Amino acid sequence: MLSSMKEGCHDPKTKQTQLLKPGRRTKASGVFHNLQEMQHCASLVTKVFIQRDYSEGTVCRFQTKFPSELNIRIERTLLEETVKTLNSYYMEAEKIGGQSYMEGCLACATAYIVFLCMETRYEKVLKKISGYIQEQNEKIYAPRGLLLTDPVERGMRVLEVSIFEDQGSAGSSPSSTLSSDSSAR
Amino acid sequence: MHLGESTRECEYSQISTRSSTPMETPYKKKTPKKRKWETFPGRNRFYCDGRIMMAKQTGVFYLTLVLILVTCGLFFTFDCWFLAEQLTPIIPVIGAVLFLFVIGTLLRTSFSDPGVLPRATPDEAADLERQIDVANGSTGYRPPPRTKEVVINGQTVKLKYCFTCKIFRPPRASHCSLCDNCVERFDHHCPWVGNCVGKRNYRFFYMFILSLSFLTVFIFAFVITHIILNSQRIGFLSALKDSPASVLEVVVCFFSVWSIVGLSGFHTYLISSNQTTNEDIKGSWSSKRSKDNYNPYSYGNIFTNCCAALCGPLPPSLIDRRGFIQSDAPQLAPPTNGLPMYGSTQSQQSHKCDQDQCIQSTKFVLQVATTPLLQQQQSSEPVILSPENGASLPGRASLALGGPCTSLPLGQPTPPASTPSLSCHEATDLLPIHGHPHNHSHPLQEQLAHHHFLTPEEVPSPPGMLHCGSPLGHSHTMQGSFYNPASQDSLHEDSVRGLVKLSSV
Repeated sequence: MLSSMKEGCHDPKTKQTQLLKPGRRTKASGVFHNLQEMQHCASLVTKVFIQRDYSEGTVCRFQTKFPSELNIRIERTLLEETVKTLNSYYMEAEKIGGQSYMEGCLACATAYIVFLCMETRYEKVLKKISGYIQEQNEKIYAPRGLLLTDPVERGMRVLEVSIFEDQGSAGSSPSSTLSSDSSAR
Repeated sequence: MHLGESTRECEYSQISTRSSTPMETPYKKKTPKKRKWETFPGRNRFYCDGRIMMAKQTGVFYLTLVLILVTCGLFFTFDCWFLAEQLTPIIPVIGAVLFLFVIGTLLRTSFSDPGVLPRATPDEAADLERQIDVANGSTGYRPPPRTKEVVINGQTVKLKYCFTCKIFRPPRASHCSLCDNCVERFDHHCPWVGNCVGKRNYRFFYMFILSLSFLTVFIFAFVITHIILNSQRIGFLSALKDSPASVLEVVVCFFSVWSIVGLSGFHTYLISSNQTTNEDIKGSWSSKRSKDNYNPYSYGNIFTNCCAALCGPLPPSLIDRRGFIQSDAPQLAPPTNGLPMYGSTQSQQSHKCDQDQCIQSTKFVLQVATTPLLQQQQSSEPVILSPENGASLPGRASLALGGPCTSLPLGQPTPPASTPSLSCHEATDLLPIHGHPHNHSHPLQEQLAHHHFLTPEEVPSPPGMLHCGSPLGHSHTMQGSFYNPASQDSLHEDSVRGLVKLSSV
């Protein structure tokens, strides 16, 4: 399966499209071995947006409601776990406590020049979040043909989940590819 | 090759950069990578390659700067010597510290991003539209205004849909019509600092007005002291003749004190109750509305509210001004959602809009609407903006020239340079117009936007369908022919020249 996938895919260095043998299903849809592989071989089907949850005010939180389009692609618990972890990270970034006060007062005292040398806590947490999302993409989402986009790139409005399909089976209908997906698993 | 051609036909939207077609390559090689601020859709001005961000009208800001610099300059030149000798040299030192703090906070307020919410990507907008249509059930010509209700801390808050930015505004956010952006925790648009005051720069604004009140009182007090001490020696009239600058300073400070100290007091009240100017004016959380009405965002006690507003974490800017535009992002829907707005507001023909410019833009919009664009969301922005930029001549220093056409025409005066009042808040006729105009003028924009939604939507293929790679080259060349970076550079230079002139004062 792996070798067949490699044959049908991009060589990222030359960025040339490889020849796909007509009629050959390279892989069941949605099963990719890594993020790069998916990005180079797959075509985008649709995007699902997880909106912000404002029930606790203006704090950054995403809804943990599971979108129905992802029902067939990923287990509910995995996505909920990811969203909950992200929410906890954002809560940590926006937490108003001793450390944030110290940072604020120090910044004010130095006329905010200190931020030329130092990162704010919020920025540090955002970096952690993007690392976490990258890791989640590689471990959990890419093998299922999904890709999470960091909310920061979407203005913290939505958590974008892109659904991909294998290029070789792009011509076939989603339902048939999904049935093969379930059999492959 | 046969197989190569078939794969190209079957490739819909690829994520990675494919080998460029012959039509694409020359275009890509010629133009350098653009930064995101250059294609920012709002009506802002950017300086220093995107590091500095201000509103479009900055005349009053320069006035503020000149007033402060001149008054302080006169104080240090004429009064400080006398006071240092007669009283103590600490006076000029304190004065200098206050002055530097005032200038620092003013520049920080004026130049930073107030918390602008980036506009929705075409995919998001399409998704929201679908959800709203499903919810509404009907797709009539004029659908009802779109709102979502959410319960925050026991209070029901309505989230409104912004037709310009194509998002549901988060709570406390508002759309500034002057800057044409949605701003988080929108307080008001302050012409004196030449920028909106929102989540990210509210603390700087507050510190600016607070320190300015201290500075004004300080200068006022010590100039009076100077005159009194001097007049004890040589008589009152001679003292006045001796230092005419002091008279000017007293006059300026006298008028400033009332407004600025008043404004500081008002904002201290707002901070302690965790409200924005916007909310206070509308009376959103006033107990007069209903007995159960209370502010759901307040932390309960004054101290926590103050600390949260002033010392809380500072979120980073969401608009990434200095990032480079990535042309590789995959996209589902063609960027039709951005077009209707421009099409519809072009037809408004507001007094600010140049007729020729509008006609050209409308023609372009219709052309673009009939050609399915494979351009991704970020690079679609120049497609929309460029004809206006290209058509306009250096006279308009706005980067997003869709701006004048998209401005709400109802009772929008040219900025507040014409108003005589000194403070941001006291100009109550100002704030309802600039800060939150939507109550009055929104329905018009909504109706017009919807009126034209249908036309471009019918023309390109529906969002679900995937496009072939062939129109890519075509749309690139079309874009290339309209985009005129040279004119933009000259506009930018003019703006920077203006700023440099000021700094040499």
